[in-house]
Amino acid sequence: MPTLTNSGKPHASRVQIALIGCSHRTAPVELRERIAFTPDQALRAADELRLSGTLEEAVVLSTCNRSELYGVPPETGSDAQGALESFITNFHGIPASELSGRIYHQQNSEAVRHLFRVSAGLDSMLLGESEILGQLREAYGRALDHGSTGPVLNRLFQSALEVGKRVRSETEVGTRPMSVAWAGVKLAERVFGELKGHEALVLGAGAVAEQVVENLRNRGIGRLRVVNRSRDRAEDLAQRMGGESLDWNALDRALESPDIIVTSVSGTEPVLSRNLLEKVHQARGGRAMFVVDLGVPRNVEPEAATLYNLYLYNIDDLGEIVEQNRKAREAEIPHAEALITEHIGKFESWCTSVEAISLTQRLRERLLKERGKLLEERSAEMASLTAEERERIVRLTDELIERVVQTPNDKLRRTRELRRRLAGIEALRDLFGLDGEDS
Amino acid sequence: MNGAWAYVNLALYVLSFICYARYLYGTNEWIGRLATLLLAAGVLAHYAALLARSRWTHTVPYDDLYGSMSLFAWLLGVTYLGLEVFHGQRSVGAFVTLLLIVWTGMVMAFAPDAAPATPPARGPLFALHVTLNTLAYAAFGLSFVLSLIYLIQNRVLKARRPGLTFWRFPALDVLEKMSRSSVIVGLIALAVGMSFGFVWQHRLSGQFSAADPKIIVTLVIFALYLAYSWLAGKSGWRGARAARICALNFILVLFSYTIVNLYLTSFHRYL
Repeated sequence: MPTLTNSGKPHASRVQIALIGCSHRTAPVELRERIAFTPDQALRAADELRLSGTLEEAVVLSTCNRSELYGVPPETGSDAQGALESFITNFHGIPASELSGRIYHQQNSEAVRHLFRVSAGLDSMLLGESEILGQLREAYGRALDHGSTGPVLNRLFQSALEVGKRVRSETEVGTRPMSVAWAGVKLAERVFGELKGHEALVLGAGAVAEQVVENLRNRGIGRLRVVNRSRDRAEDLAQRMGGESLDWNALDRALESPDIIVTSVSGTEPVLSRNLLEKVHQARGGRAMFVVDLGVPRNVEPEAATLYNLYLYNIDDLGEIVEQNRKAREAEIPHAEALITEHIGKFESWCTSVEAISLTQRLRERLLKERGKLLEERSAEMASLTAEERERIVRLTDELIERVVQTPNDKLRRTRELRRRLAGIEALRDLFGLDGEDS
Repeated sequence: MNGAWAYVNLALYVLSFICYARYLYGTNEWIGRLATLLLAAGVLAHYAALLARSRWTHTVPYDDLYGSMSLFAWLLGVTYLGLEVFHGQRSVGAFVTLLLIVWTGMVMAFAPDAAPATPPARGPLFALHVTLNTLAYAAFGLSFVLSLIYLIQNRVLKARRPGLTFWRFPALDVLEKMSRSSVIVGLIALAVGMSFGFVWQHRLSGQFSAADPKIIVTLVIFALYLAYSWLAGKSGWRGARAARICALNFILVLFSYTIVNLYLTSFHRYL
């Protein structure tokens, strides 16, 4: 991935990052959908912000749960936050009063922490979900291809993607199923491994059954069949999910081949008795069978759980697993936060290096300017000097300036501790007045 | 006496175990790859240790209990690496390396200080007979570990209370396949190894005889594992029942390896 600026400005004297956005934590879905950016709108917004001089670099991250605008404001010290808020109200045509309290602003290390937490899934509605990492990669990739990023956002987003990957690989935040449907499918995988080549039968066509079917399909289930008392609904679900529907009367026969059975039908009596499942199990040659009973009242006789090589989970079992997983994921948050803090440190260290290089460049420019002024002021005194002698004075003073600049430059580069390096930069800025316009 | 390579090999097994355990807990593929590399390095170091000891004792590594057990551990590591590559599954690595550590550590702790008496040269046929039989025992050892994991996993699934590391364990189907592959390796190695043994016996005495406790027990082991392989695919036996048989069979392997060799046989006794 390229890391050089698209704006052609390699080093800033002070690296600044601004963030404005709203998410599921601050705004209801009605407002979020109005503030959302399509991919084209995101690029157009970045262009407008850069053209207007509000930002030098910009990336818009827009998902169903958040719309966030990350940018690098210019060094002139203008009110980036106010400008960004005005931009959002104008871009989407939303009155500022509606956004009051719904929008958050963050700057520098807080903005960095926020982005890293987003990429790690810690700010997601479903803790640790991994979809956000893909969305972040896409948003950044589009901005990069479009040319609206620069060295700062390139570094920031690449670090964010790295954090996201590390948190998911080194902690348990992103593992273990967090929904009943997903838990059922993941448990089936604990029995069969890959679901490719296996067959599933779904009894019922309700909402939860549909979620299970969707998860099964996403996990590559080999064959999917749906049975429902209402054949039309079964056909509808089967068609949408790429399976086949069966008549309710064919249920007994249909039970013999599937490895996974998901039941979610309404009724006061169990649909699958222990005896029926025992017969089915024998007919299958005792091969393992995984049964998910999502019905309330239960669709499968609980005694069926005692059958050899048959694994039966009802909705409460799955609910307990989900709850246990949620707690386990939450317990991993401190580990994830520690990784985030580590990466913030790395990013800040990089920012300080950029600032240090910029600072010594400014110091050199300042000294060269002073030397030019001095030579001009003393030109009358040096009237008797030949062109070669003048040239020699310039060369000698060039060398002197390089020596003077070299020491702070080396010291800043060698200092490993970020706090000391920052203090050094600030001291140099103050000492030589390198923040002023005259520099 | 343990040479330097023995310590290097044990250290590499320990490091490999740490990485496999970390891999089991997290999802970092690189940690998993590092664990495999460390195990491969440990197996190489183990080979160097076996070679160094053979040079010191002027005999093959299986002539005494120490050498034989060390060879067993080495072959267990080799067989596991083969299965890991074949099945693309490294979640059981932590358990196998733990067994390797315990076994190797035990072997090292009881290593004799004096070299055993140098036996007469018995030729490559005998070497193949012993090595293949040890390979068979190592493969059965591996299937024992896999069957134990299967039984634990099955119990957890049946009880509907998955624990923390449950989601990282290999699926029951994968464990069963790995265990059966391992037993097939063991059966083939044992069949060929025993055949070589009978041929060698015929060369030595001019007759075939099974009248030795070691041969009888080995034939029983062969029959039991053959029965396991057959039952594991049969209705009503596949799954936990077959895994239980596989795990129990290994008790007889341990009996044959220790009690029979040390006390019940004269023909197969260690030096």
